[in-house]
Amino acid sequence: MNEAPCPKCESLLQLYLDGELNESEAREAEAHLDGCGYCRRQYRFERAFRAYLRKTLCEEPMSAELKVKLTALRSDASPGDCL
Amino acid sequence: MSEQAPDTVGRGLAEDARNRVRFEEEALSHADQVYQVARHLAGSKEEAEELMQETYARAFRSWRSYTKGTNIRAWLLRILTNINIDQGRRKQRRPPERSLEEGDYSLYDRLEQTSGDGSAGDEERLLQRLSQSDIVDALAALPHDFRDVLVLVDLGEFSYQETAQILSVPIGTVMSRLHRARRLLKQSLASSLGGER
Repeated sequence: MNEAPCPKCESLLQLYLDGELNESEAREAEAHLDGCGYCRRQYRFERAFRAYLRKTLCEEPMSAELKVKLTALRSDASPGDCL
Repeated sequence: MSEQAPDTVGRGLAEDARNRVRFEEEALSHADQVYQVARHLAGSKEEAEELMQETYARAFRSWRSYTKGTNIRAWLLRILTNINIDQGRRKQRRPPERSLEEGDYSLYDRLEQTSGDGSAGDEERLLQRLSQSDIVDALAALPHDFRDVLVLVDLGEFSYQETAQILSVPIGTVMSRLHRARRLLKQSLASSLGGER
């Protein structure tokens, strides 16, 4: 690795990638990314990792049988129960 | 106390029935997305399918407690996580005792170190070396409190606030569990690469 680890990486990048920063904080994160090669590299990887995780784990669709069972519950459910 | 005219009562019942049908249709339209999260909150496909049925049965009974216009997917997953916890299906697993001090990006380094095929610097290609079973196993091995948060945020795409509401924990707990969950997952995946070259 060419650049030294940066202490701002984890806290700022995770929040930025999760869409949890407000506008000014997001701008601060983007400015940091512009000036920090280490963070830029990690940001690219982290973004790709999350997309890969989602793609890999969400590729098994719900079975048609389960869909039928869930739909059938509509007519069987009785009103008035609570959570 | 005034008594309502029969036609007023009838209109009220009809409106109630329409609202119920609309609710059921809306809840069912989110079933695929709820299942994607349920699949990895539960220990197996069979458990996920049972959880889905119990969740929808309870949701259809409790439809009046849903506030129209709020996030129905989060509401359904709150029911689902409650059932999952109530039924004690989840075996408590202690967090691994290995150090979390190692950088969060050890997985990236490990993938690059062991690439040997010119894919260094190409994140997508590097990640393709992680198989679906490696990822499923690593996720399933996480302590459930950590896994729940990671699944809701990264697969369910819920905000920290929504995740906190679904799990009934403070937002700070969501953030710390998420941080640890991601580190543990990446450490585990880095270990799964082993001596591969």
